[in-house]
Amino acid sequence: MKNVKRFAALGMTAAMAVTALAGCGAASSSAGGATSAGAQSTTTKAAASTTKAASGSTASSAGKVYYLNFKPEQADQWVALAKKYTEETGVQVNVQTAASGTYEQTLKSEMAKSEAPTLFQVNGPVGLANWKDYCLDLKDTDVYKDLQSDDYALKDTDGSIKGIAYVIETYGIIYNKGLLGKYCQLDGAKIKDASEITSFDKLKEVADDIQAKKDALGVEGAFTSAGFDSSSDWRFKTHLANLPIYYEYKAENETSTAAIKGTYLDNFKKVFDMYITDATCEPTLLSGKTGDDAASEFALGEAVFYQNGTWAYNDIKGNEVADDDLGMLPIFFGVDDAKQGLCTGSENYWCINSKASADDIQATKDFLKWVVESDEGRKSLSTDMGFVTPFKTFSDYLPANPLVKAANEYNKDKTPVSWNFTTMPSEQWKNDLGSAMLEYAQGTGEWDAVKTAFVDGWAAEYKAAKS
Amino acid sequence: MEKAIKRYLPIFVLPTLIAFTVGFIAPFIVGIYLSFCKFTTITDAKVIGFSNYAKVFQDDTFVHSLWYTTLFTIITMVLINFLAFVVALALTKKIRGSYLFRTIFFMPNLIGGIVLGYIWSLLLNGILAYWSKTLTYNATYGFWGMVILLLWQQIGYMMIIYIAGIQNIPGELIEAAKIDGATKWQQLRYVTLPMLRSSITVCTFLTLTNGFKMFDQNLALTNGEPSEKSELLAMNIYTTFYGRPGWEGVGQAKAVIFFLIVGAVALTQNYLSRRKEVQQ
Repeated sequence: MKNVKRFAALGMTAAMAVTALAGCGAASSSAGGATSAGAQSTTTKAAASTTKAASGSTASSAGKVYYLNFKPEQADQWVALAKKYTEETGVQVNVQTAASGTYEQTLKSEMAKSEAPTLFQVNGPVGLANWKDYCLDLKDTDVYKDLQSDDYALKDTDGSIKGIAYVIETYGIIYNKGLLGKYCQLDGAKIKDASEITSFDKLKEVADDIQAKKDALGVEGAFTSAGFDSSSDWRFKTHLANLPIYYEYKAENETSTAAIKGTYLDNFKKVFDMYITDATCEPTLLSGKTGDDAASEFALGEAVFYQNGTWAYNDIKGNEVADDDLGMLPIFFGVDDAKQGLCTGSENYWCINSKASADDIQATKDFLKWVVESDEGRKSLSTDMGFVTPFKTFSDYLPANPLVKAANEYNKDKTPVSWNFTTMPSEQWKNDLGSAMLEYAQGTGEWDAVKTAFVDGWAAEYKAAKS
Repeated sequence: MEKAIKRYLPIFVLPTLIAFTVGFIAPFIVGIYLSFCKFTTITDAKVIGFSNYAKVFQDDTFVHSLWYTTLFTIITMVLINFLAFVVALALTKKIRGSYLFRTIFFMPNLIGGIVLGYIWSLLLNGILAYWSKTLTYNATYGFWGMVILLLWQQIGYMMIIYIAGIQNIPGELIEAAKIDGATKWQQLRYVTLPMLRSSITVCTFLTLTNGFKMFDQNLALTNGEPSEKSELLAMNIYTTFYGRPGWEGVGQAKAVIFFLIVGAVALTQNYLSRRKEVQQ
């Protein structure tokens, strides 16, 4: 009897231990990652919806389309667009959206499935390096031919077209014209009109003053919370960190580098200091603040300034802030403020899965052609999703997004800052930088750690990525 | 009789065996194979030998999460077993509503880890907000947050096992001890505890492995923040696999090492506490 029990216990131990390992293996093979990952951010995991093929209608080919969408902001619009396409052609289009900040891991698990995404996206050269074996050469596709310029195509080292940008976006500091106007009326206001903010020093002066007079103005702070939850930290570790990289590349006359010097890190610190001191919350709370927190603070008129891009319109519209009150300023950096525009570029490139079946590839190409050429598709992309696209076909379809208008207006006689964060060596580099910035912000780390993560981390990650 | 059992053995064993093979053994073997490979998705792996294992120990986050997890496991194992035993003792006395209390204590165990983690992060962050801190302010906050969460979740479960054990102790043993003049404390120390050895074995085993393998509570409560400092081992493996392009194999190698550690610890524990069991 004793032996039987012992044997049973041994078996149980082994089973439990195997479960421990199988748990990890299973996550990758069954791609449960997508759902479990969704829980880590409070952003919505867009309901994945499969649109059924209209039975017996004009089924042109046997192929299916599976689009793994990157942008949670436009999740519902994509699903609606896919449905329309299915109604029109009978081709099944499945759209899934990864939760904010979890695209790479969702893609990785989805790609291992037999029903892998036929259409996915990479964020630029660094993302492409990881996925290029899965990217079809898009040279002969209609979408590529519709591009306004070759600049919007993502090319591999051998010159093949691996990705096509489908949206051009701009980010900077979104501000509430109404609140800022109200501030200008206050006694002792530093400016009389919003147009006087033309440099970092001026912006800082105004932000400090708004922070001091926040009760008189009825706001919680000058800037929204600089949250470091994964749904928000990219605004700083990626988008804000673009500026020191942009100016260094410009000064060194290069487009990428193996070792960054960090020449402009002092400017970077000044901007970041402003974000965390003139803000709606204590810096010690930043680790838990989400992207939704910042968006709602701005949308409800609790803060005047909000660093984000044109894509944020969907999150803030329909609240306290009227569309006419939305304005945009560049992230003044104290280097060349008079000429510096907003940051304009793309990190959204469509790629077609080269390992999908020929039918599916054809179906995907047809779908993309329809999206950028049909009235339905163009209307959805420009009006419903609010995208500025780089396609020739969109000349009559300009988005109604007021942030896009504000950004274009400001950029008219300025030099836009290009998106150089696509050359950041790896996700890990961004994460390390983000962690160091958070620790600095909440007072548990030094600024030197940020410098180390930025400069030394770059060299180390660059080397690791190339090996 | 013996023969009949032998004849029908395959029929009874096969379904479970197939499920076990598909669910555990096959992924396990694939997992070991992948730990020697470089891959982006698991369908296009290339064998590269041991270099993944070399990278595991160069990775500071792994070493950190290893001792962080060890500490976490020891603390939760001791606290859960102690508290569960105390509650079990209390609820086997004849007190009013003890069945109701048992049910209530057991309930947290019915809620999934992600939901629990999310609820507790709201609760704890709400409390910490008085001091303008959050759970992810530093790894110590996250650590105790996870300890509280796991205690709340697991005490009820272990309590049920202890209650079953206590109820199984033959009444005459306690009675004999009483007649011999044993005090309450002596009854507990020399009758109840030795008779509960097998329950203790099961409970320590479960809490030990649960502590080591904890993942979803970790994900929902702190998500490893700040700076991957509140990452337990399972979560560290997950972020390596999914979070770092090119490091998928390293994540898999970590998983194999993780398996060896959990296996070794659990077997040792089993051996040590089985030795002291009383046979009835």
